Amino acid sequence: MKAHEPVNVIKTRRDAMLGRLTDAVPYIGFLGVTVDRRGDELTATLPFTPAIVGNPALQALHGGATASFLEITAVIELTWATLWADMEAGRIDPESDALPRMPKTIDFTVDYLRSGLPRDAYARARINRSGRRYASVHVEGWQDNRSRLFAQATGHFLMPQPASKD
Amino acid sequence: MSSADRTQIARQFIEAIPFAKALSMTLQEIGEGRAVITMPYNDALVGDPETGVIHGGAVSALMDTCGGAAVMSHPDSPIATATIDLRIDYMRAAQPGQQIKTEAVCYHVTRAVAFVRATAWDADEARPVASATGAFTFQRAGR
Repeated sequence: MKAHEPVNVIKTRRDAMLGRLTDAVPYIGFLGVTVDRRGDELTATLPFTPAIVGNPALQALHGGATASFLEITAVIELTWATLWADMEAGRIDPESDALPRMPKTIDFTVDYLRSGLPRDAYARARINRSGRRYASVHVEGWQDNRSRLFAQATGHFLMPQPASKD
Repeated sequence: MSSADRTQIARQFIEAIPFAKALSMTLQEIGEGRAVITMPYNDALVGDPETGVIHGGAVSALMDTCGGAAVMSHPDSPIATATIDLRIDYMRAAQPGQQIKTEAVCYHVTRAVAFVRATAWDADEARPVASATGAFTFQRAGR
């Protein structure tokens, strides 16, 4: 990594990479999920729309929309973390190189802490362990207050293996 | 009420859930704490663009909906339910182009909690694509 790379070059590279990751997945577009970046830290947003309601009487979010949102956040975080070093070292071109294969979910457990309100939701994922083959990721979801989670999840993922050399 | 009437009412109820509608879920069978729901393949639900496999989150949504439907059809007649937790194990990737079918069974209820198991298949019913276990709230009338 160059010591004094211009800040706009750094930002353009990182945002281009992140944009390509999210644009590549149809289901992310289907739900309208967007991802903000501060340095390497990602925050995903699930914008409220009437289509993601699960209980029309309460206007509560569907548990499946919440689960989808948290799983998307976990997979993006894992893929992003795997790419980071190569991207920063200039070993991959965020504009033109093929995207890496995505991790596969082994299991995913969602803990519904309170009902999802009819407004935007946010989520951040933390990688608790990432080995060559398996990763364990925890995701927190909130709405109005960062400290009042409405859902959290833990998932295990099978990491993509580099192409074998035989 | 006949079982066909009950299925018809439940079908309208499930299919009126906006997110179930957005994913085109169809209730196939319901009654006695058991439900079967299908979801057609849809390019918009793809999670891995390289393989065309449906995103796990959409499968979660199907299993969650089916679990809730199974709870609501329990003979103790709850008035409402909500998911407390749901764990999904992904056994293999669903085949692109094929619908996904889920069966959920509410195998035990206490005064306030319902326990559910669910399984999902694509066209190959010998090999499930996912299984789930969940706990749901069980709200009884007059409590």
